[in-house]
Amino acid sequence: MYRYTEFDTAFIQERNRQFRAQVERRIAGNLTEDEFKPLRLMNGLYLQLHAYMLRVAIPYGTLSSAQMRQLALLAEKWDKGYGHFTTRQNIQYNWPKLSDVPDMLDALAEVNLHAIQTSGNTIRNVTADHFAGAAADEIADPRPVAELLRQWSTDHPEFQFLPRKFKIAVTGAPNDRAVIKAHDIGIEIVEKDGKQGYRVLVGGGLGRTPMIGKVLSDFVPQEDLLPFVEATVSVWNLLGRRDNKYKARIKITVHEHGIEEIQRLVADRFAETKAAFNGADLELYEEIKLSFQPPAFRNAPEDDFTAAYEADPVFRSWADTNLAAHKAPGYAIVQVSLKAHGQTPGDASAEQMRVLADLAERFCHDELRISHEQNVILPHVHKSDLPQLHKILAAHGLGTANIGKISDIIACPGMDYCALATARSIPIATQIATRFDELKTEHEIGDLKIKISGCINACGHHHVGHIGILGLDRGGVETYQITLGGDGTETAALGERTGPGFSYEEIVPAIERLVDAYVENRESADETFLQAYRRLGMAPFKEALYETEKKNAEAA
Amino acid sequence: MPKPFTPKVVTANALIEGDVIYLAADDSWVRDLAKAEVITDEAIAQMRLLDAQARASETVGVYLADVKLGANGAEPTHFREDFRRTGPSNYFHGKQAEADA
Repeated sequence: MYRYTEFDTAFIQERNRQFRAQVERRIAGNLTEDEFKPLRLMNGLYLQLHAYMLRVAIPYGTLSSAQMRQLALLAEKWDKGYGHFTTRQNIQYNWPKLSDVPDMLDALAEVNLHAIQTSGNTIRNVTADHFAGAAADEIADPRPVAELLRQWSTDHPEFQFLPRKFKIAVTGAPNDRAVIKAHDIGIEIVEKDGKQGYRVLVGGGLGRTPMIGKVLSDFVPQEDLLPFVEATVSVWNLLGRRDNKYKARIKITVHEHGIEEIQRLVADRFAETKAAFNGADLELYEEIKLSFQPPAFRNAPEDDFTAAYEADPVFRSWADTNLAAHKAPGYAIVQVSLKAHGQTPGDASAEQMRVLADLAERFCHDELRISHEQNVILPHVHKSDLPQLHKILAAHGLGTANIGKISDIIACPGMDYCALATARSIPIATQIATRFDELKTEHEIGDLKIKISGCINACGHHHVGHIGILGLDRGGVETYQITLGGDGTETAALGERTGPGFSYEEIVPAIERLVDAYVENRESADETFLQAYRRLGMAPFKEALYETEKKNAEAA
Repeated sequence: MPKPFTPKVVTANALIEGDVIYLAADDSWVRDLAKAEVITDEAIAQMRLLDAQARASETVGVYLADVKLGANGAEPTHFREDFRRTGPSNYFHGKQAEADA
């Protein structure tokens, strides 16, 4: 893992010292809220419905056990005993007091964490595939390049007042688990003639105008990456619409000017940026790479795993559902579900965080990951350790076997917390999960991603959910629109709206009718919801949603 | 035709705690919507709002919220204000947990 250098440590300490003084001046009445707000946002501090919210960056989703323990400490000491992991691999604390935040930031700095650029019109936390460094299908670990981008973008003088926020995601595998096509810039590590380079996408994004990213360049050589990304952000910084915040994101710039024109402008600008880079970035990249060496994997028999798999149906179900293929023989990637049925998606208590930290230390080379799907990953666990690990997880409410299933729902905080929300999302997620747990049909239904946003800004990624749910305020009443067929992977697609929305009371039964229609119409249990939708189109699902409803109304 | 004026309360978040507060008739900030001053005159509402906004070192984001008069004082007319006066629905946190305190 990357550890802070003296420079990094001094930088964070100075930023924290500045912010402490800014908070003091605000409390003393020497700064107005208008003056203070941009300062607090630069340091990740929002004000929500019921309290402040501190958003802490987890760069490319990677944590050590010491960092996870510190996150637990923050939850306990300055919050209400839990934290919320988000779709951008951050953690949010929902209840801090303004006067406590400087102490929280100092505590984070002790373990190389911060909240810088988790808000505001800057380059945000750089995210990456949560299986980075472990996945069997990976060309290269995306984290060194994500760390390089983080260092380059942090406090970048040209990019502190961008037209709008800017999000970068990196994957090192052809199977996209980092939703790179829905980012302002998406980077995929590729190889050409035995050399590592990058396929760079631009102009993806969700929100009120969802767009799938377009290819800006099929191959950017390693040595050109930073100047190329800098040229891209720089072109948008000048061209981006500052007159209208709804048209300010780069996706609109690309849409309005066309990808060819953007390619031309970036190429022109690149000639200038490339000349300004002197190779220090390449030396730095080589140094960073040393911090991401794979751990020393061991060769050991898998007998314990095989025995437990055969003897224990609960373990077997969990192993079938929550494990992913590791590149090292005898190892597995463990996905720990933060979606226990009926619980808030992405929430972990301080106690659960400590358990996860202990498990990482004991079984996983001290590494943890946070996924954009709001789960925790233990990336390198030897299979022989899995039965014991599962037992400990299960004892702490972390053993739910539902990864990729209907109850593994992404949900934004919605109107339970967020000041921007137009409806609640969390209770919709918990009710859907509880309902399908009661029906005991979750595993029969198979892979199905439901994603829920409580407003048009789409933090819950509803556009790329196989089933997307968008909560709106229609005449003072919570109303939920459904989209179908969205996909956040390398075959990315935006979901299509089914028709009129449903009330808070109607939405869970509506989802149940949709799922019933899928199970009735699928060719076999191997055909997933998304595949069935792509084959059948909207018609049978629309009928299930609206015709049945009409019939029920007529019968009543 | 302009819309008829509906009853309002002055509300904001407290500067340090960040929680929801309402302006009472005696100019104090209260945590309970039922104890808030219900303003039925538009001109007075604007004056009360300006006065509250001037108290910048106590509050963040002062605005007028719609209410109706119930048996126990002000009650919200929109679900957003109902959540603000109660707390989140996934945990027993926020105002609902502090009601007896």
